[in-house]
Amino acid sequence: MIHTRNLPFVTTLGIFVIAYALCVLQFPNMLSTRVIGNLLTDNAFLGIAAVGMTFVILSGGIDLSIGSVIAFTSVFVAVLVGSLGVHPLIAFAAVLVISTLFGSLMGAMIRYLGIPPFVVTLAGMFLARGAAYLISTESVPISHEMIDTIQGFYFRFPGGGRLTALAILMLLVFIIGAFIAGRTRFGANVYAIGGSQQSAELMGVPVGSTTVGIYALSGFLSGLAGIAYTLYTSSGYSLATVGVELDAIAAVVIGGTLLTGGVGLVAGTFIGILIQGLIQTYIVFDGTLSSWWTKIVIGILLFVFIVLQRGIIWYSNRRLAEGRLKEI
Amino acid sequence: MSDTNSLLEARGIGKAFLGITALDGVDFTLERGEIHALLGENGAGKSTLIKILTGVYSRDHGTMRLDGADVTPASVAEAQGLGIGTVYQEVNLLENLTVAENLFLGRQPRRFGLIDRREMRSRSKALLERYGLDIDVDALLSSYSVAVRQLVAIARAVDLSGKVLVLDEPTASLDAHEVEMLFAVLRRLREQGLGIIIITHFLNQVYAVADRVTVLRNGRLVGTRKLAELPRLELISMMLGRELQHITREHQAQDETVASTAEAPIRFSGYGKRGSVAPFDLDIRPGEVVGVAGLLGSGRTETAFLLFGIDRADSGTATVDNQQITLSSPEAAIASGFGFCPEERKTDGIIGDFSVADNIALAVQARQGWAKPISSREKAALAENFIKSLDIRPADPNRQMKFLSGGNQQKAILARWLATEPRLLILDEPTRGIDIGAHAEILKMIEKLCADGMSLVVISSELEELTAIAHRVIVLSDRKHIAELKGDRVTADNIMQAIAAPARTEAA
Repeated sequence: MIHTRNLPFVTTLGIFVIAYALCVLQFPNMLSTRVIGNLLTDNAFLGIAAVGMTFVILSGGIDLSIGSVIAFTSVFVAVLVGSLGVHPLIAFAAVLVISTLFGSLMGAMIRYLGIPPFVVTLAGMFLARGAAYLISTESVPISHEMIDTIQGFYFRFPGGGRLTALAILMLLVFIIGAFIAGRTRFGANVYAIGGSQQSAELMGVPVGSTTVGIYALSGFLSGLAGIAYTLYTSSGYSLATVGVELDAIAAVVIGGTLLTGGVGLVAGTFIGILIQGLIQTYIVFDGTLSSWWTKIVIGILLFVFIVLQRGIIWYSNRRLAEGRLKEI
Repeated sequence: MSDTNSLLEARGIGKAFLGITALDGVDFTLERGEIHALLGENGAGKSTLIKILTGVYSRDHGTMRLDGADVTPASVAEAQGLGIGTVYQEVNLLENLTVAENLFLGRQPRRFGLIDRREMRSRSKALLERYGLDIDVDALLSSYSVAVRQLVAIARAVDLSGKVLVLDEPTASLDAHEVEMLFAVLRRLREQGLGIIIITHFLNQVYAVADRVTVLRNGRLVGTRKLAELPRLELISMMLGRELQHITREHQAQDETVASTAEAPIRFSGYGKRGSVAPFDLDIRPGEVVGVAGLLGSGRTETAFLLFGIDRADSGTATVDNQQITLSSPEAAIASGFGFCPEERKTDGIIGDFSVADNIALAVQARQGWAKPISSREKAALAENFIKSLDIRPADPNRQMKFLSGGNQQKAILARWLATEPRLLILDEPTRGIDIGAHAEILKMIEKLCADGMSLVVISSELEELTAIAHRVIVLSDRKHIAELKGDRVTADNIMQAIAAPARTEAA
């Protein structure tokens, strides 16, 4: 039996399967491990960031700084490794520490100064973007033995598809993210805060540390997404990934997470990413469509999902009311 | 003072907010294995006391002992740890989580660091079975009725704390059957030696379930009494703060004829809403002040909401001048010539950042439709007129509303409605939080308005105020209109007796 709670996720999954089937009917070549492998690799950085965004939105918040943090990370890593000759692992570690601290700081401001997440992370967005420009306004190429190794690494699927290191990283992030959300106290607290911060507080949930933790996690994953992006493009560029936070939000919402918080699944976000990737792939296969159709379809899907979520809430409320009437 | 049976003992508790005293030297003792009701009108200090006992607020004065040891819980979590659990009326559990997740939030059983869902499920089932609940603990809490949620909340609180259980208005949205179910659980917990504090407005329920009662008024302790030895009338007089002077049951059959001959232009018949107010009849004549009396939570404000179309009635009809009208929204009520000054002036009445003139013009504007804006000259004239006639101070129409005193805000809201020249004005607690001078002025104004032929419905918990101005008084109890007093019978004693009558006296 499907609980109404999982209905948005099931709907998303259904839409993805149907959409993929339709695509395959038109372009049979789309049903290949090669397409799937590329889809995962091309969207790896977005997927990683979207996991962080899932936690933020589940808690009822929002993080607008993600795109800027990715840009900052990529420039930072590129300059450290490409221009200054620092070992990539050290650069990665440094940038993850910075982005995690940045996220924690935003979380602390949200919690302890009582500033809405929208405002704090908007400020964070400008700050990180500005810092990226400060480091370099040029596109900085990056080349290092280790990075080449990572880029060259893949598992071969039957059928010629490649499961690259980036795709593996994204899948790992999704799996670990799903465990954190579903099977840890931290995850339960995130859902609780998203349900009602006041109730959560009255029930003894450590709202302060959890909020800081949520934004720290989002910051960390933005940093990781930035590293993935750097590996993907072999460069760092401060003008890159503008608006990626909005793509991440779209993936989360299409994945069935309620924008008001408290309801949703990390797995849903994965489907959300796949749907976005599928639309892009379809456009590539078609060859005549403008790539802006991706945005249009995503826009339509978002509308559909928001209306669907409203509908589910309305429906379950009505059913509850009817149940009450029967009892009386 | 501390006898061996006392579980929670608070002495001389004091608390002030921004220099305003909310609690003044209140003593409170909860015994082991008792259900203790905490009563008082709005602003009596009940919730402040509860919040101090449960660690939400810190106290300014006094001592608190639990099991003979001094305690000062600094947070809800700490109070829980000490053994004091609370179930709040609304803000409570999390509807977006499952029953099991709610029961074990923050203390989930774990295996290898991960939450053990199976263990959590079986423990939840076992826990709820003790309360006679056999439900799917993996279903969302929101899929269950309020009564079930309430029991889940109690199960969690007792399981977590285990000594003191505080229930803040647990029965507010339960039906009679559900209340019985809840009370059965409370009685069982009492037998297990728990001390239970229950806050409720329903006196019948207090007598049905509680052993002792503590009454607060204006932040002070009125008294703690055994309910078995406390007549209902005395309890009500404790709550309303009025000594019973002469309990007379004389002229009951008289005075029923006053003014009832004239045909009432505004009539409500069989008007009611399920879960809000039981169907009632109400005729309102021009120049008449109808008082509405009852304890907090008896359905006073709900009646006003129905009359003004904020809540939609699900039974009965409303007629104005023999024309049936549908009060589907405040807009419709305004179109029928009704006006309403709500109880919560700050949140429901004024728009603090608007000027006095803008606030006054609001209802007129609403009445003539937003498409036709009032010119600034008209607005200024309107404001000037009312500022003068109602003596609103400071006499500056451009002053932001939030900077006015409570009395002057109330006058400005009155002005807002008077500007629409209503035929029926509903006032919910018009004098709450207003200084004595303004208080008298507002009462005088009410008299003048009805002399001019306007009809008024005045809701008030100040009996003296009601008896001074009302021609008739409707008495409410347990969300029913239980009595109507007219003419000479409008006295504070009669009102209290009507409230105290446990059985319903059908409206005369």
